[in-house]
Amino acid sequence: MSWFQRYMRSSIGAKQVMAVTGLGMVLFALIHMTGHLQMFGGRDMYNGYAHFLQHLEVKWVARLGLIAIVVIHIFTAISLVMKNRAARPVAYAMYKPVASTPMSRYMAMTGLVILAFIIYHLLHFTIGTVQPQYFHMLDDKGRYDAYSMFVRGFQNVGIFASYAVAVFMLCMHLGHGASSWIQSLGWRHPKYGTDKLGPILGIVLFLGYIAPPTAVLIGMIKLPGA
Amino acid sequence: MDLNAKIPDGPIEQKWENAKFNYKLVNPANKRKYKVIVVGSGLAGGAAAATLAELGYQVSCFCFQDSPRRAHSIAAQGGINAAKNYQNDGDSVHRLFYDTVKGGDFRAREANVHRLAEVSVNIIDQCAAMGVPFAREYGGTLANRSFGGAQVSRTFYARGQTGQQLLLGAYAGLNRQIAAGKVKMFTRTEMLDIVLEDGKAVGIVVRDLVTGKIESHAAHAVVMATGGYGNVFYLSTNAKGCNVTATYRAYKKGAGFGNPCFTQIHPTCIPVSGDYQSKLTLMSESLRNDGRVWVPKNKADIAKRPDTIPDEDRDYYLERKYPSYGNLSPRDIASRAAKEQCDDGRGVGPGGRGVYLDFRDAIKRDGEDKVREKYGNLFDMYERITGENPYKVPMRIYPAVHYTMGGLWVDYNLQSTIPGLFVLGEANFSDHGANRLGASALMQGLADGYFVIPYTIGNYLANVNAAKLASTSNPAFKDAEADVKAGIDKLLAIKGKRTVDSFHKELGLIMWEYCGMARTKEGLAKAVGLIRELRAAFWQDLQVLGGADTFNQSLEKAGRLADLLEFAELMCKDASEREESCGGHFRVEYQQEGEALRNDDKFCHAAVWEYKGPDAEPVRHIEPLTFENVHLATRSYK
Amino acid sequence: MSDMNLTVHVWRQKDAKSPGKMVPYKVTGVSEHASFLEMLDILNEQLQAKGEEPVAFDHDCREGICGMCSLMINGRPHGGQKATTTCQLHMRKFKDGEEIFVEPWRAGAFPVLRDLSVDRTSFEKIQQAGGFVSTNVGSAPDANSVPIPKEDADRAMDAAACIGCGACVAACPNGSAMLFVGAKLAHLHSLPQGQAERGHRTQAMVNAMDAAGFGNCSNHYECEAACPKEISRDVISLMNKDYVKASFTHRERSGKGDGGA
Repeated sequence: MSWFQRYMRSSIGAKQVMAVTGLGMVLFALIHMTGHLQMFGGRDMYNGYAHFLQHLEVKWVARLGLIAIVVIHIFTAISLVMKNRAARPVAYAMYKPVASTPMSRYMAMTGLVILAFIIYHLLHFTIGTVQPQYFHMLDDKGRYDAYSMFVRGFQNVGIFASYAVAVFMLCMHLGHGASSWIQSLGWRHPKYGTDKLGPILGIVLFLGYIAPPTAVLIGMIKLPGA
Repeated sequence: MDLNAKIPDGPIEQKWENAKFNYKLVNPANKRKYKVIVVGSGLAGGAAAATLAELGYQVSCFCFQDSPRRAHSIAAQGGINAAKNYQNDGDSVHRLFYDTVKGGDFRAREANVHRLAEVSVNIIDQCAAMGVPFAREYGGTLANRSFGGAQVSRTFYARGQTGQQLLLGAYAGLNRQIAAGKVKMFTRTEMLDIVLEDGKAVGIVVRDLVTGKIESHAAHAVVMATGGYGNVFYLSTNAKGCNVTATYRAYKKGAGFGNPCFTQIHPTCIPVSGDYQSKLTLMSESLRNDGRVWVPKNKADIAKRPDTIPDEDRDYYLERKYPSYGNLSPRDIASRAAKEQCDDGRGVGPGGRGVYLDFRDAIKRDGEDKVREKYGNLFDMYERITGENPYKVPMRIYPAVHYTMGGLWVDYNLQSTIPGLFVLGEANFSDHGANRLGASALMQGLADGYFVIPYTIGNYLANVNAAKLASTSNPAFKDAEADVKAGIDKLLAIKGKRTVDSFHKELGLIMWEYCGMARTKEGLAKAVGLIRELRAAFWQDLQVLGGADTFNQSLEKAGRLADLLEFAELMCKDASEREESCGGHFRVEYQQEGEALRNDDKFCHAAVWEYKGPDAEPVRHIEPLTFENVHLATRSYK
Repeated sequence: MSDMNLTVHVWRQKDAKSPGKMVPYKVTGVSEHASFLEMLDILNEQLQAKGEEPVAFDHDCREGICGMCSLMINGRPHGGQKATTTCQLHMRKFKDGEEIFVEPWRAGAFPVLRDLSVDRTSFEKIQQAGGFVSTNVGSAPDANSVPIPKEDADRAMDAAACIGCGACVAACPNGSAMLFVGAKLAHLHSLPQGQAERGHRTQAMVNAMDAAGFGNCSNHYECEAACPKEISRDVISLMNKDYVKASFTHRERSGKGDGGA
């Protein structure tokens, strides 16, 4: 086994892989959120942003990179969960955790919900199988009318609700994950309250992600001409 | 019994140098041909096993705990002495030597004590190099504190966990040798007999405490570092597992037992709270640096809240009786003084068996934070055990059995009267005489293990043919194994009604009453009778459930208690024969104005007992002690 | 002060190979000033009086330092009182009539030997892999020749306070031993004496930990909350940093000898 394989297979290597891939996804989520927030800038701004992304030269590099990160994150997580289960073959009759939080204890569950949502989200807005009738509309500049698709999507209460649940799960997941990576990489320092980073980021992302759809739902953001 | 101490020639300062030069050496390539067994893995045993392996010997090390790191050395709190004179306060090798001889009330061998003081400085260097996190000054140099029985600050410490840190150092060294394949470690394995061939120690018989398997191990020499026998009192500050079995079985095989009556009662322990009590907890002696010991002057005040008793109604009896040492008087003196106050009806707490250790003035002087910084962990421990907050209410303390100065007799080379059997640390009788000074046990354990046995064992092995390792199928081993098995079967066959602990508690009460802090001829005679009765009852009515070939903790305890029940009688006999008061041994008949009265004309010697068989009386031999460098004087701490 | 009567549910298991189960026992006349282990002593006396074999449990010093005692008490290692080992837990923390659940540490790397007693040899293996400074007796310079700032010595001591009891493993939802291993490493790595072998030591001890079958750390910090010596999770952070650094930069030992004429 080479030193690199040994590192990757070690317990600490695995959690650092989780940390780095997780961090990559957090960065993506932040960028993605800034995109969402452009809904408040109106149809032209949002469609311009969508057009920019669509025609990015490195689009597939970024997509493949993201997919790789997600796949590595998930596979490492599965292997860790399996090893952790094996590490305690007989369960306690009574076990009362005190320091861990629901955020840390339900990482696997929140992660799975987020994964399911991401697939649904991609089907909805990237592949266009959820609301195909709105998928191929163009705006007056001949660009994909992502803005209208967004509005029509979240005018649907069911879609809004599933989105809200998923974003909440993301908030929970990051509440633990987004401070955990600092510990996993060994950058924790008593002078900096790094443990608060996760919950803060979680809340920021939750608010950032939930704001535009909520604005749609309550009629603050409307279809052009409506 | 040959009690030649083999003290090297020359002036005291050069004896150890001369000895080292005159010792025969085993050449480095030959060392690996010798097997050495080390029983016990505390400071002395762990250090010896690691160091002998470093030198190249093949070592097998045994402990009854699940890890060598759990040996009871780990519980030593206060510190370790060394004559470094880092504080520029007048310390020297000679002063440490002097203090130790005097502290031991002139019942230790001068040459051994001087060697101990000499190597003390190397111990600190060695431990620091191994990563022991000693307390430091802000500038990075080592910190010191003072301890009972000394007027200089020579005690090195690691918070209140010095024993733990020193043991972890020795344990780390041991681990390194285990990893290197030089030490074979046997945990949860108890030594139950020693095997002799041609009068020499050639191996041991052990029991695997998990499977119950009895097995023999052969070696060219056996080192025993199996600690003390304080648990003969049932209640003591010792760990529950501490026992006399290894040393007592060696005694029965011919090793002389030195000064068994010399036990140390530590003055600062948390008092007994009830009959369910299984052990006593020590509060470090370092507390006496800042705490003041007192009892109410008037008996009427003993039930009052201590903070309502004004200063003029408090008797700071140590400061009153011993103005120059005050609260830092040596342990035996401080313990006896506490007993005196309580016997006088001025003791506090349940049963009137306690005195106050009060930090009120220290808190007033330095502030609570400073006190917390120094003693926080000890205060927390006190509160956990008693449910009282010592920052607000003075601690209650009472003396408890802590250490045993007696042990197997050894010569200057730490060899017992059985050739090839070396005894280190608390298990031997040597360096502390009749009373051990605070912070000297750690020093002795590590001195024996790191710096003495590596030299002296070579001198023995150089005369042993490496090619002739005893075979464990020899009759000597088979007989010893059969004896061990028969002993276990005998315990299991009694099938009586009383548990091991109930007998042990009863033995403890007898010993504490008659062989504790104050002893009399009549009391000791009575104790011997009671012990014999108890022993008879034990062999009639003991209940040990379960089998011999399982993990059976009752069986382990029963075997240890069987030996303690015999050993207790030897202790009382030794105490009875020693018709003087010295150090921890206080005979009520021999005192002058309440202070211990030594009898140097008749008892300036070590008493060494020889086993003569199960039905015969043991024979008392003596090793005369001569004092050429520290003159015999009445010990005064006034 | 009144004595308590309790129902204690204890894990009984004959040996490593046999299956075990929780068995309820009544214990009567327990003083509130008794320690938890003394309560078990009383239980054992009462069991033996009925001709039943006593409950096996590990203990030795009974003053909170040897690390021999263990016990999961009501779902918390050492009973969950702050900075307290089982042997120093006292019955005044319980109520008369209370039901108490007592179980052994649960981890694949800590197999049960009997009843409440577990085998912690896996901890030994980790320390043998590198938990030492390779220096022979006799070779040490004067102790004051290497000054160590008090802050560093204190940090080393904070980590070195570990008693090796295994509560961290028992508390961890994943059965991870990282607080233990981190403490061992942080002790030596806070001191100048530990620097020479830092990379090798970190890798060797982490590899030994993994080989023993402990779980992985997912930063729940149950270990820190359960540690009777209050060792901080910072030691794990330091270990993580050292491990990645050692993995990517440390040169392996060459194995070449220093031999000469």
